[in-house]
Amino acid sequence: MSNLFDLLVAGLATGAIYALVAVGFTLLWQTSQTINFAQGEFVMLPAFLMLAAMHAGAPFWLAIILGILLSMLLLGLAFKMLLVDPMMRHGVLPLAIATMALAIGLKEAVKQFFSAEASPFPSIVPTGDVSILGHAVSLQSIGVLVLAILAVFGLTALLNRTSLGHQMQAAAQNPTVARIIGVPVERMILLTFLINAFLVALASLLITPIYLAKFTSGEVLGQAAFIAAIVGGFNQVRGAIAGGLLIGVLDNLAAAYVTTQYRAAVPMIFLIAVILFRPQGLLGRAEERTV
Amino acid sequence: MSGFAKPLKIAFGLIVIAALIVVPMNFNRYGLFILSQWAVMAIAAMGLNLTLGYAGQVSLAQGAFVGIGAYAAAIMTTHGWPLPAAIVVAIALSFAVGWVLGYPALRVQHHYLAFVTLAFSTLAFLVFRNESWLTGGIYGISNIPRPHIFSIATNKPLPFYYVCLGSLAIVSLAVWWLIRSPWGRAFMALRENPLRAQSLGVDTRRYTLMAFAIGSALGGVAGALYAPLTQYIDPVPFNLSLSLDLLMMVIVGGAGFFLGPFLGAMIAVLLPEWLRFTEGYYLMLYAIAVMGLLIWSPTGILGILDRYLAERRTKAASAQRAVAKSRLETVQ
Repeated sequence: MSNLFDLLVAGLATGAIYALVAVGFTLLWQTSQTINFAQGEFVMLPAFLMLAAMHAGAPFWLAIILGILLSMLLLGLAFKMLLVDPMMRHGVLPLAIATMALAIGLKEAVKQFFSAEASPFPSIVPTGDVSILGHAVSLQSIGVLVLAILAVFGLTALLNRTSLGHQMQAAAQNPTVARIIGVPVERMILLTFLINAFLVALASLLITPIYLAKFTSGEVLGQAAFIAAIVGGFNQVRGAIAGGLLIGVLDNLAAAYVTTQYRAAVPMIFLIAVILFRPQGLLGRAEERTV
Repeated sequence: MSGFAKPLKIAFGLIVIAALIVVPMNFNRYGLFILSQWAVMAIAAMGLNLTLGYAGQVSLAQGAFVGIGAYAAAIMTTHGWPLPAAIVVAIALSFAVGWVLGYPALRVQHHYLAFVTLAFSTLAFLVFRNESWLTGGIYGISNIPRPHIFSIATNKPLPFYYVCLGSLAIVSLAVWWLIRSPWGRAFMALRENPLRAQSLGVDTRRYTLMAFAIGSALGGVAGALYAPLTQYIDPVPFNLSLSLDLLMMVIVGGAGFFLGPFLGAMIAVLLPEWLRFTEGYYLMLYAIAVMGLLIWSPTGILGILDRYLAERRTKAASAQRAVAKSRLETVQ
C-alpha cells in the first residue's frame, strides 16, 4: 500500500503541473479559439530564459522574475500580436498549423542558441523527504503540489470573484454582447494570453528541476496538457484542473501497474473513451453545434 | 483556376511533368532520394487532402497510415513477396483501419476529432515500437528489397525515383477522377453543410467513413513506397510529428485544391533542403517561413493564386459592366 500512496502523491504533483498548463490551454481556446500546439514548448522555453539570465550572472530569484516577465512578453504579448491576431478571423485550423510551426521554431531556436543537451535546473523547493502518516514523501512533490494548487486557486478566485474576472468570462462567452455592455474585449483577450504565459512560466519553474531542461521536453508535456484539457472539459477551467490531476495520477499508476511499454497508451485510450462517450468532458458543458 | 486559358494550363502541366522526368537524370543519389521522398509524401498528403480538404474531416493520423503501409510492405517484401502484392495489402489494411477510425467522426467533429485521431496516432506508434515479433521493435526492419518492375531492377536511385513518380501519377489521376465523380461532390457537400447534404439524400454516414478510408488507403500506398525507398524502417519516422507534418503540407499547399498537396509536400520536403546552407538555422527559418505564409494567406499557397484570380475576374466583370452601361446610356 505504501507504494500506492507514493504513486498517488507523485501523480498528483505531476498532475498539478499538467493542470497549470491545461488551464492556460483552455483559456486561450475560450477567448480566442486558439488551439495552441506549441503549449508544451511554451513550458520548455521559460526554463531556458531563466538559465540564460543566470548565465549572465543574475541570482536565482532575479532570474525567475526576469524569466517570467520575458515569457509574458514573448509568449503572451508577442505571440498574440504577431501570430494570433492576424490569423484569428481565418478559422481554427490555419492558426493551429501556425502554432505547430511555432513549436518547431522554438525547439530549434533553443537547440541552436542554447544547447542540444539536457541542462540541470535548480529547484525552488528544498529537496529531501518529510514523513506523512508514516510515509516518506519528497518535499519537492509537496512543494510543487502546493504551489500549483495556490496558482490555480488564485486564478479561479480572479475569474469568479473579481469584476475583472467576470469581464474576462463575458468576453469569452459572448464577445458581441460583452462589447455592448462596455467590456474592453480586446484587453481581456490580451489578459488571458498574459495569464497563460505566466502559468506556463510557473509550470516551467516547477517541472524543469524534475525532468531537466531540454529543447524536446515540451513534447510530452504539451500532449499531456491537451489530454488533460479535453478529458476535463475543453471549455471549463475547473475541468482542466480535474483533468490534469487525473491524467497525472493515471500516468503514474499506469507506469507501475501496466507494462511500461504501453504506459503511454493508457491516457490515450482514456481520452478516446471520454471523447466518444462524453465529448464535452467530464466536467464540461455541451458546446452548441453550429450547424 | 479557370482564369488561365485551357491550352496554356495543359502546356504548363506538360512542361512540369517533362521537367520531373528529364531534369533529375543527372541528379546525385541524395537529390534523387529527396525528390522520391517528395513524391511519396505528396501521395500521403493527397490522401489527407481528400479527408480534410474535400470532406472536411480533420485527421491527425495520416502518419500512422504511412507507418501501417510501410510495415506491411517491409514485412511482406522481406519474406519474398513482390512489392505490388504488398501495395495491395497495404491499401486493404489502411482502408480497413481508416474505415474504423472514421466511426468517431460520426459522433464528434473538429478539434475533438483531431484529438481522437491524435490518440490513435500515438497508439499506432506504440504498437510499431512494442510488438517486436512483428515489426522488429526499435531495431526496425532492414534490407528491404526494391522491386523489379517489368523485369527491370530498380535498385539504383534513378529507376526507383521513376517508380515513385509513376505511382504519384497513377494516384493523381485516380484522385482527379474521384473528386469529379459524384463521390467527390458528396465529399464536398459533407464539408460545406452536412445537414443539407443529408436532407438531399446523401448518405453522410457512408461518405464520412469512405472519406476516411480512401484518404487512409493513400497513406498506406505512400508507406508501401517509403519502405523500399529508405530500405530500412524503424518506428521513429512514423510518430506523431509525421502526421502533423502531413497536415501542415495540406494546409500550406492549400486544403481542398487538387494541386495543394504537391506544393505543400514541396515546401515541407524541399524547402528545408534548400535552406541547408544556413546550417543549424534551417529548420528555424522553415518554421518562420511557414508561419509567415499562413499569416499572409491562411488558405495556403494556392489560396493566394485563387484570390488573385478571383480579384482579376471581378475587375474584368466590372469593366465589362461599365462598358455595357455606357453603351446603354449612349443608346438612350
